[in-house]
Amino acid sequence: MTDKTAITLNINGKDYAIEVEPRRTLADAIREDCGQTGTHIGCEHGVCGACTVIVDGAPVRSCLMFAAQADGKTIRTVEGLADGDRLHPMQQAFMDNHGLQCGFCTPGFLMLAVGVLEREPNISDEDLIDVLSSNLCRCTGYQNIIKSVRAAAQEMRK
Amino acid sequence: MSAHTKGSGGDGMKWVGRSIRRVEDPALLRGRGRFTGDLPATHWVRFVRSPNAAGKIKSISAPDGAVVITAADIKGVKKITPMLHKFEYRPVGQPILADGEVRFVGEAVVAVVAATEEEAEDIADLVEIDIEDAEALVDSRVAIAAGARQIHAEAPGNVILKGEVKSPGFDAVWASAAKIVKIDARSNRQNATPMEPRAAHAAYDAASGRVTLHCTTQMPHLMRTAIADCLGMPESDLRVIAPDVGGGFGQKMSLCTEYVLVTWLARHLKSSVGWTEDRRENLIASFHSRDQYVTLEGAFDKDAKLLALRADVLSNVGAYSCFPTTSGVEPLMAMAEMPGPYDFQHYQCLARGALTNTCTMAAYRGVSRPVITFTLERLMDKAAKAFAIDPVDIRRKNLITTFPYKSAMGLEYDEASYRETMEMAVEAINLPAFRARQQLARERGEYLGIGFATFSERTGYGSPAFAARGMAITPGWETVHVTVDPSGYVEARIGSSPHGQGLRTTLAQIIADEIGVPPDMIKIVHGDTETAPYGWGTFASRSLVISGGATLIASRKIRAKLLKIAEHMLEAAETDIVLADGKAKVAGTDREVSIAAMAREAYTQTHRFKGEIEPGLSESGTYDPPGTFSNACHVAIVRLDPETGHVKLERYLVAEDAGRIINPMIADGQVHGGVVQGIGNALLEEIIYDESGAILTANLADYMPPTAHEVPPIELHHMETPSTQSVTKAKGLGEGGTIGPPAAIVNAINDAMAPFDVEIDTIPATPQRIRALLRNAERAP
Repeated sequence: MTDKTAITLNINGKDYAIEVEPRRTLADAIREDCGQTGTHIGCEHGVCGACTVIVDGAPVRSCLMFAAQADGKTIRTVEGLADGDRLHPMQQAFMDNHGLQCGFCTPGFLMLAVGVLEREPNISDEDLIDVLSSNLCRCTGYQNIIKSVRAAAQEMRK
Repeated sequence: MSAHTKGSGGDGMKWVGRSIRRVEDPALLRGRGRFTGDLPATHWVRFVRSPNAAGKIKSISAPDGAVVITAADIKGVKKITPMLHKFEYRPVGQPILADGEVRFVGEAVVAVVAATEEEAEDIADLVEIDIEDAEALVDSRVAIAAGARQIHAEAPGNVILKGEVKSPGFDAVWASAAKIVKIDARSNRQNATPMEPRAAHAAYDAASGRVTLHCTTQMPHLMRTAIADCLGMPESDLRVIAPDVGGGFGQKMSLCTEYVLVTWLARHLKSSVGWTEDRRENLIASFHSRDQYVTLEGAFDKDAKLLALRADVLSNVGAYSCFPTTSGVEPLMAMAEMPGPYDFQHYQCLARGALTNTCTMAAYRGVSRPVITFTLERLMDKAAKAFAIDPVDIRRKNLITTFPYKSAMGLEYDEASYRETMEMAVEAINLPAFRARQQLARERGEYLGIGFATFSERTGYGSPAFAARGMAITPGWETVHVTVDPSGYVEARIGSSPHGQGLRTTLAQIIADEIGVPPDMIKIVHGDTETAPYGWGTFASRSLVISGGATLIASRKIRAKLLKIAEHMLEAAETDIVLADGKAKVAGTDREVSIAAMAREAYTQTHRFKGEIEPGLSESGTYDPPGTFSNACHVAIVRLDPETGHVKLERYLVAEDAGRIINPMIADGQVHGGVVQGIGNALLEEIIYDESGAILTANLADYMPPTAHEVPPIELHHMETPSTQSVTKAKGLGEGGTIGPPAAIVNAINDAMAPFDVEIDTIPATPQRIRALLRNAERAP
């Protein structure tokens, strides 16, 4: 066991003052120290993207970032997407277009897509598939994820 | 593309057949799913796994003060010993922790227990296992060769089972053939790779002495039975919960040693114990599949009509036998279903399972059928070439067109559309236009290819099918309890255990039509041995057919009772009463009563029934069907770069028939997902062992499941041939998508490579393999 460092993670607008070992990943800190288990861990190698969250406006793999590196940064996770009872257009589009099955990879895809579309609302279809190919899904065959994100992109541009 | 209706009811329309949104989605979309790995625990386990493929354990050392469990600490725990009573099966046992000997890289040898996962990992790094290395037997052909070292004392020659069939009169028919066509096919090893790795969490309750085990399983009830057996404890002291499960694809239907140990630890420590595997453990030490050699020969008459088929299936089953299916799951499925959708009556097959020093084989979506379909469909293409006819024409000559049809294996195929779905696909893909485009492309030095795969898929089969394999554990039936509570809301408790299939939505649609309440008033309860009736879980494209059938049977009983109650309350003849929109109405009048009022009456005003109707509104249905055959035709169009061996999928089309479709949106999703796993199987995914038995593909970047990049838009076309062997008329379709792609894609690659006169009969058909063939080809670029 190594010494712990005091850090503050701002997750979905709320500050979490926690103490973590330097080696603690952001993914583990979000899930275990802050109790936000909507972010999932699929590989811990940065390949599958299930753990994608938005840090200071950019989608990142939270398994490849140390919690200490996120000290003081603004983090958004799947729990913060909906506005009360109203689903985020991306969540609604996934529901309307059957963009999820088991739901394990879904939070990562939602945060990836939201993060990218907020930065690039007019992203081309080709670039969008490029972006979505950074996460893995084993249930949907991607067909309805692509359809969902395209539908949400239109909605978000409104 | 298929067009589906969307809607949310209230208009008297039937619910079955509509693409209603899934009730599963809101929680999952908000990050409110509850997965096993989300639970906090007092103790965490890290397994120290064997770095060697084979050998005797000489010593194990651990740091002072560490809590480490080895085989010596769990002497009373029984081995996992699955059993088949047929096919010369040799029962081999798997110890919960390696006991004196290791048999594959990744086998759990030591369990380290600590307060956090990190501490457990730190200690595990300091545990040393000294193993006297023995020769690793990795390849199945090497393992069964004469003189090979024996992996288990119980299985001489490393053959765990051997199935043989030969139809009467086979030799004479074989001798009469005009042409014999042969293929030596190789399917390399795969991992089902659910996105959620395996996890288990066992919590001991000091007051009752009971343990609650949450785990990533597709069959919670059988896990309870099996774990209680291993630990010698009453089943009633163990509650098993499959909470949200992040995909299974067959990998999560087998019993893992880890779940047994975590349960044992919770009882031993009288505490809560968690384990979540990492991706490397999943890739090397969960379950593998599809590692097979298949040699297939077809005897054809002079008109290219198939007369007889001869098969030799050798399945690499790994180091142990999986529970409950046993390692017969692949070779016996191959033997039974090899004849596929073709009309012939003479069949010979030898199917063997070979034990090796590799990770244990278990079910993976489609089981053997992606491999046998690949082999049989390659054979048909080779035969078409031998007869110089079009691949579509040879299928036209040979597909079954009259039903019911008894296969050469004695399986009875119900009404299907083998020929019709193929014609549908041929038309949709516009074959003549493709051939013209292919010709023009070749003239420019570009290589396009088209490939077809037609197949039948046995789905929704009950206990007789498993009993035919001689399984000591014979799954099959399902029970569903449907209750209308006094408030008029409906709850159905099911023994199936869905984990992404949307069964909570589709079963609600079935109930809604039967008893006339909307799906949002219907809750489906599953995945908890405390609240769900005993059942077999979700696997083998069975849940919608079998649980759906049981749901329909129970709902019909509820309907019958509601009609009786309505008869009393409305003072009308039962035959004049219609159940719809949450009400019973007397046809042609304005007299009506709500289902909620009838339900209230059924519990609280039973004296009015004068003993003619039993109190309450709860009924049970059980269903154990013989099985029904879905079918499909898959078509792939590929572009091959002969200089790199790279294959780009330009188009992928499926024409499928799974009987009555309950929810088209969900059905399409199942096909999409299956096809993409099949694309991985055809082109990308491979677990590679080196000669020492070490795995070279132990992360997802090396194992390479498909991403959105490798997948073209998938075009779906549907036919609905209602099943006579399923009370809902639905056939299963969970696995079908996975079955066609290796055959269709590799046939397309071979079509593209035709000018070079080389053929590939190995999956995955990687660029390396394709380049190796082209390099040696005479006309290679």
